[in-house]
Amino acid sequence: MNFFKKLKDRVTAQTDTVTSKFKDGLEKTRSSFAEKMNDLAARYRTVDEDFFEELEELLISADVGVHTVMELTEELRTEVKRQNVKAPKDVLPVISEKLVAKLDYSGEDYELNMNDEGMTVILFVGVNGVGKTTTIGKLAHQFKSENKNVVLAAGDTFRAGAIEQLAVWGERVGVNVIKQAEGSDPAAVMYDAIQSARSKKADVLLCDTAGRLQNKVNLMKELEKVKRVISREVPSAPHEVLLVLDATTGQNAMTQAKTFKELTDVSGIALTKLDGTAKGGIVLAIRNELNIPVKFVGLGEGLDDLQPFDAEQFTYGLFQELVEAGDHKAE
Amino acid sequence: MAFEGLAERLQETMSKIKGKGKVSEADVKTMAREVRLALLEADVNFKVVKQFVNRVKERAVGQEVMKSLTPGQQVIKVVNEELTDLMGREESKLEQAEKPPTVIMMVGLQGSGKTTTAAKLANYLRKEKNRNPMLVAADVYRPAAIDQLNTLGKQLNMPVYSQGTEANPVDIVREGVEQAKAENHDYVLLDTAGRLHVDETLMEELQGMKDAVQPDEVLLVVDAMTGQDAVNVAEHFNEQLSISGVVLTKLDGDTRGGAALSIRAVTEKPIKFAGMGEKIDQLETFHPERMASRILGMGDVLSLIEKAQTNVDEERAKELEKKMRNADISFDDFLEQLEQVKSMGPLEDILGMIPGAGKMKGLKNMQVDESQIGRVEAIVRSMTKAEKQDPKLMNASRKRRIAKGSGTTVQDVNKLLKQFEDMKKMMKQMSSMNGKKKGKGKGGMQLPFMR
Ligand SMILES: Nc1nc2c(ncn2[C@@H]2O[C@H](COP(=O)(O)OP(=O)(O)OP(=O)(O)O)[C@@H](O)[C@H]2O)c(=O)[nH]1
Ligand SMILES: Nc1nc2c(ncn2[C@@H]2O[C@H](COP(=O)(O)OP(=O)(O)OP(=O)(O)O)[C@@H](O)[C@H]2O)c(=O)[nH]1
Ligand SMILES: [Mg+2]
Ligand SMILES: [Mg+2]
Repeated sequence: MNFFKKLKDRVTAQTDTVTSKFKDGLEKTRSSFAEKMNDLAARYRTVDEDFFEELEELLISADVGVHTVMELTEELRTEVKRQNVKAPKDVLPVISEKLVAKLDYSGEDYELNMNDEGMTVILFVGVNGVGKTTTIGKLAHQFKSENKNVVLAAGDTFRAGAIEQLAVWGERVGVNVIKQAEGSDPAAVMYDAIQSARSKKADVLLCDTAGRLQNKVNLMKELEKVKRVISREVPSAPHEVLLVLDATTGQNAMTQAKTFKELTDVSGIALTKLDGTAKGGIVLAIRNELNIPVKFVGLGEGLDDLQPFDAEQFTYGLFQELVEAGDHKAE
Repeated sequence: MAFEGLAERLQETMSKIKGKGKVSEADVKTMAREVRLALLEADVNFKVVKQFVNRVKERAVGQEVMKSLTPGQQVIKVVNEELTDLMGREESKLEQAEKPPTVIMMVGLQGSGKTTTAAKLANYLRKEKNRNPMLVAADVYRPAAIDQLNTLGKQLNMPVYSQGTEANPVDIVREGVEQAKAENHDYVLLDTAGRLHVDETLMEELQGMKDAVQPDEVLLVVDAMTGQDAVNVAEHFNEQLSISGVVLTKLDGDTRGGAALSIRAVTEKPIKFAGMGEKIDQLETFHPERMASRILGMGDVLSLIEKAQTNVDEERAKELEKKMRNADISFDDFLEQLEQVKSMGPLEDILGMIPGAGKMKGLKNMQVDESQIGRVEAIVRSMTKAEKQDPKLMNASRKRRIAKGSGTTVQDVNKLLKQFEDMKKMMKQMSSMNGKKKGKGKGGMQLPFMR
């Protein structure tokens, strides 16, 4: 039928370790979506309001975002009426059709924007505890294994133990960490880090910042200042501003994305903690509304637990059971 | 587009179905959809939402609409009652061991705020309860987790027990609690590593720690921004560790915090504390009712409804309004109004409860001096009947008597009389302005208890 089938074939055709790692991580994120879908189709004789309500819930349970889900089911309602679909199992193909349209796979670029002319500066931002520092450690490891010269900037001078935490990561990966004392001005740390990274002829500078909730005006101003200092010292920088989002977060992730984008011009998302049972579906809504691409996913706490984002695999993981339910029906 | 609270959502629906005697099934259905969306947008788990909405429907249909309420308000009332039932009404306290030390173990997902909350609790126990707590660093996995707790301990000037990262967490907590006993600490706070609820090995490790020290509290620390998955997390942790309570962190953000409701619904365990910031003193006792209105974003419309209906008799209000329009208001009327206003609770709260009031420019900055109300009231009460009706009777000796009787000064009495006259003048102006353009008088009407 459908998009899902194609998607599945494509995903299963990829056999490299990246995919299997990704799939292992996502394995855990799947709940009994298929069962529920089957259940749903079996329990309803006709496609009625209750059916739609349950479908909405199915999608909402993945944190896709109420707004997006409502839009989707509204379109579905119209479509079902137009095509005069009566049996629930026949709705499945219509759902996948609509999802394709929503998700828009039009070959977006998930690669990092690297500076060809010199040092690439990547700024990490996000609310508290989402995984900024850890993601920096993992990414540093990746760059290091590509033989790049990496430097880390300990821009979180506020949280207890934050500098030490980044220092441990630096040691683990084997890269330099530029730091000042706890409590010093983060913008000054960045300035220092840039000078120091330059003199070390670094290829990549990864800048950690303190976690901050997006409604804290002063802290957000501080972050703007940090970014300004970076741009002043390296005019083309930061080459990426990565917003780190925790997959466990619900609707508030949308507000986070909006505010951080507004103030720091976020260029991509790193979605962490996808190794849990949360699905992080809100990034679909974020892409829909704000057009910020996800560039990485975090699948654990280890050095290797960072993967480039693959939209197809992600959606496959999100809706895999739905896909299989569809296949099953089709047999 | 910011969050739309339930009040705003329902406003439109409500206005359509005003003025009917009973809440009809159709009314409830339309409103139920809005309630459902509001809860889902607030991240309440969809299963919890479903049960909840069904209960509201059952209760609301066919209900007699109270005289002073619209059907819409009536439904909100039911929603709020159900919500408060679910959240619980009472604040709950920390358990205390019969024989010290009381052992409190922090558990939860990665980055939820365990370490920070452990330090905050230690601070709270010492400051508010005069206790002598000790911290134990049992997170051997996260880079610099021990450094983090050590730094916090230093800030607090409080001992932190640790054995480095090579030791076994079960041994650490066992020996940590022993040491606390030996050093006569009455509370021990165990910081554990963040872990996924589906990580069997690490969940078993937690069970091992729990068995080893038999904590009096196992507190699940949850990020208030958690989405639909909160239910899974809470269920797993509760099943495997039988948690005793919950701490909800990062409530200083702008999330609605529907996770609170989900967690309550699946665990039935109390939420004991709320994390309100990164600083060590930003921990508060959790107030379930406040959370209920935060989740729905109702700005307490409901309490307004309730207060309004018990306190303000509509007929009387109309009469007053007429009097005000004619500017023949007396101190008696004034006092009555004051009483009503007072019984409705803090003025600023009342203003906050009126949907949309937050957006009105003038109201937002209005400051009310509550202590002044008492003084004004005392002055009026010291007046004779005749004086209240006709302030013109007032002379120097009467003023002295009133000041004495009310424990104020003659200046205070004069000030009130002057303000009262101004108010009357203003009323006159306003009623003569009626129909013409609504001119903005400088500063607007200044009631005697406003700053
Ligand atoms: N399971 C899992 N845990 C993760 C992942 N990424 C980060 N973590 C854990 O989440 C916790 C918080 O990570 P940090 O890197 O300290 O987060 P942060 O955003 O730097 O936090 P602050 O600086 O305090 O705002 C740590 O325990 C990490 O090990 C992931 O992808 N999966
Ligand atoms: N704004 C705000 N931040 C908080 C609150 N509680 C904790 N944090 C922050 O959240 C982040 C994570 O807090 P931690 O105490 O390190 O969390 P944890 O659960 O110990 O993390 P792991 O040990 O990595 O699992 C830090 O940046 C804290 O400062 C709170 O109530 N409000
Ligand atoms: Mg950090
Ligand atoms: Mg910790």
